[in-house]
Amino acid sequence: MSITIDRISKTFGRFQALRDVALEIPEGKLTALLGPSGSGKTTLLRIIAGLESSDSGRILFGGEDVSSLHVRNRNIGFVFQHYALFRHLTVAENIAFGLESLPRRQRPSKPEIRQRVAKLLEMIQLPQLADRYPAQLSGGQKQRVALARALATQPRILLLDEPFGALDAKVRKDLRRWLRALHDEFHFTSIFVTHDQEEALELSDQVVVMSQGQVEQVNTPTELYAKPESRFVFDFLGHVNVLSGVVRGQKLVQGDAWVSLPGNRSEQEAQLYLRPHEVHLARAPDAHARLPLRIDAVSLIGSEVRIELVPEGWQSNEIWEVGMSHNEFARQNPSRGELWYGVPDIGHLFSGDNGQPKTVDWHCRDVAKACNI
Amino acid sequence: MANAHRRVGDQPWVRRSLIGTALLLAMFMLVIPVVVIFAQALSAGWSTFADNVTDQYTLHAIGLTLFVAALTVPLNLVFGTALAWSVTRFHFPGRKLLITLIDIPFAVSPVIAGLLYLLLYGRNGWLGGWLANYDVQLMFSWPGIVMVTVFVTCPFVARELIPLMQQQGSEEEEAGVVLGASGWRIFRKITLPNIKWALIYGVVLTNARAVGEFGAVSVVSGNVRGETNTLPLHVELLYQDYNVVGAFASASLLAAIAMLTLVVKAFVEWRQSRPIVSTPEKEVS
Amino acid sequence: MSASANPSVAPVRRFSGRSKRVLPGFGLSLGISLFFVSLVLLLPITGLVIETSGMTWDQFVFTITDPRVVESYKVTLWTALAASLFNGFFGLLLAWILVRYEFPGKRIVDAFVDLPFALPTAVAGITLATLFAQNGWYGQWLAKLGIEVAFTPLGIVVAMAFTSIPFVVRTVQPVLEELSPADEEAAVSLGASDGRVFRKVIFPSLWPALVTGIALSFTRSLGEFGAIIFIAGNTPYVSEVTSLMVFIRLQEYDYAAASAIASVVLLASLVLLFAINLWQGRYLRRLEGR
Repeated sequence: MSITIDRISKTFGRFQALRDVALEIPEGKLTALLGPSGSGKTTLLRIIAGLESSDSGRILFGGEDVSSLHVRNRNIGFVFQHYALFRHLTVAENIAFGLESLPRRQRPSKPEIRQRVAKLLEMIQLPQLADRYPAQLSGGQKQRVALARALATQPRILLLDEPFGALDAKVRKDLRRWLRALHDEFHFTSIFVTHDQEEALELSDQVVVMSQGQVEQVNTPTELYAKPESRFVFDFLGHVNVLSGVVRGQKLVQGDAWVSLPGNRSEQEAQLYLRPHEVHLARAPDAHARLPLRIDAVSLIGSEVRIELVPEGWQSNEIWEVGMSHNEFARQNPSRGELWYGVPDIGHLFSGDNGQPKTVDWHCRDVAKACNI
Repeated sequence: MANAHRRVGDQPWVRRSLIGTALLLAMFMLVIPVVVIFAQALSAGWSTFADNVTDQYTLHAIGLTLFVAALTVPLNLVFGTALAWSVTRFHFPGRKLLITLIDIPFAVSPVIAGLLYLLLYGRNGWLGGWLANYDVQLMFSWPGIVMVTVFVTCPFVARELIPLMQQQGSEEEEAGVVLGASGWRIFRKITLPNIKWALIYGVVLTNARAVGEFGAVSVVSGNVRGETNTLPLHVELLYQDYNVVGAFASASLLAAIAMLTLVVKAFVEWRQSRPIVSTPEKEVS
Repeated sequence: MSASANPSVAPVRRFSGRSKRVLPGFGLSLGISLFFVSLVLLLPITGLVIETSGMTWDQFVFTITDPRVVESYKVTLWTALAASLFNGFFGLLLAWILVRYEFPGKRIVDAFVDLPFALPTAVAGITLATLFAQNGWYGQWLAKLGIEVAFTPLGIVVAMAFTSIPFVVRTVQPVLEELSPADEEAAVSLGASDGRVFRKVIFPSLWPALVTGIALSFTRSLGEFGAIIFIAGNTPYVSEVTSLMVFIRLQEYDYAAASAIASVVLLASLVLLFAINLWQGRYLRRLEGR
């Protein structure tokens, strides 16, 4: 069942939570709504569920307008951020609740319900906890019970609000994998809300980045990371190194730092965005860039060495970060306090107010102009 | 608090003198008065006490008082629950005003509460005059007593429920709706178990106040012995007649209800502070 | 943006389904509440308005400024003020020991704090009157010290203080419970004296609740009747409270005068009630806003 979000707007008092959001959620896929708090992602999820009403626009499930359908009749599964398990019912009773709420004609018989609950308990690997109360469960267990409860009525659509927000790192990783496997097995259409970029990129088939009540960009995780379309998406997804300056004589200049930008003549302010893996470090400036940086910290943990640097003779709002393989690190042996030069390989140039960046690739230097992708 | 993490007032002498002063004051202001009630009631012996309590007029007053409470409590239970549900589960214009309005009975003198009803429903009141044409007399008879008692005790159930329901939030009920449950089912299976204890205390407190209301009732009752005399009015009557032992015998019945209320409250607080079932366990996966 | 839905279908509102509330029972619960509030709380006030509007302005002023009535305002205000201030201290002390310390019988004391809520005021009245009477348990000792409580304004203060203790304790208690130990420990570890830490760290977060509790206690005391009349002696110009004045006028079948005085008291109580609620709202917002 695909979901169509057709020009949804919503205001709370004077606060505009969503403006004209239009979106297509493909059938059978796991979609992440990613954004900082206040970006409207949870509101959108609740509107899709029918827990909140929109001021204008429509929601369609598989082409059918459900905007005026009550939550009760939308047949969706919803997992609340804090699980919202019924604290006075046991785990089994919680899971059976939806089935027992069905109209008499559709309601399965009591033994059948018991059987279905047992099967769901099996699925969430907690059959031994059937008679426990929610207060007796750990966070991860609660989360799984909440999922089983949502899936009991076999909904066509599963919606999850910050599903891993309240869990610690280890449990979170396990559950993520488990949810992914579950999704691949059952193929319902799922949407989950998160503010954690790593979670969104790792878990989903499609990521919707939201900011200030609007959709910034929609794409697969890989494409989204490789080709962010706005400053916001850039900033929000992973670390980014920024050189902001003025374009003058085919160079972007700020203080002692410059980067050549062949073909760019117009004199204007611009920002160059570089991912940590799109820069490497050298002992001396390169022909096409001079970015003096002093090493501030070196972090060895992980598959790559992460080096934090502070601009020397120019300024940046945030610290610069450059990745280096352990082999490379052993060879070069950069250490704290040394002056190095950043050499960009690929960069993304934002100029003026237009949202879309221009990609610059300095490896195509043999061609007269930098090749724009 | 461990000594290593010293907080204000943790020195033994400060602690002892504060506890001592507070306990002494509490003893004189709260505990001894209760002791006095029972001591006075029994000062002429058990048989006098029994005679006083089984006196014809006392029995009638007890009956009327229980009757009034039996009508008042269910009305305020429904009202309090409905009000708490509407102001904690929905946002609508005037919500805050509504929450303030139900505090009126706390702020208004009971005498004035009685007066308000007397002016409206009394023979000269605009509603009372109209009702008199149909030979309906509400004031100076039991309906008037019930009406002012409802007025005086209407905040109690709502006041107990509102903070609790606000704190619990509506996520569980929302989950119920998503799972397709009907309104009644949600209320009975999810909300009611969550608010049960607060509701019980609200009812008990409402009952204690309904049974004990004096000022408002004395304005609208007419104090006819054996007819419109409630137990608190009876206490006053006996006291004014210099039948102190008799007055305290009746008063001790009311005090017993008050003590019972406190016991229920303590029990409810103990229930609420306790998790539904203890023995939390580690992850079993 | 990835896609927009079929634009040929206009997103027209079909029916009011959109504004439907998610949780059930809005109409029913609000309906019951409004019906009840209108019928029980608001409608009766119309009677008072009609009764007083039947008086001329001069009559009204004459009634409410009658010297005996004016004296009763003064007595009520002073005694209520004294009682609520006493409760400010005693209530804070009780709340403090109940939150901060462990001692045997703590639960019982905690339960007893609510006694004045549960005990009928008339019972409280005769009990206090008996205790403080010349030959009573307290009265005979106080008499030796030359202190007379029964049949004096002091008796009114005692009755008011008794009936309104819970307000201060129950408003201050939750705030005390939520005070962060860390702030205090930090201050203590910096070498500040207990008195200083109390003034600089604890009191600033405590006083809004304390003021609210005292104000509630004051409001309740202004209207108290049952507990007072037995102990006050009700001497005109000396120990008559305003509630009693209303009652006396009623017994004289002077409904107009009773209504006039009542309207003054009612107005004062409602203004106080709304002021307290506004104040509470503001100070709660400030706490949440942080």
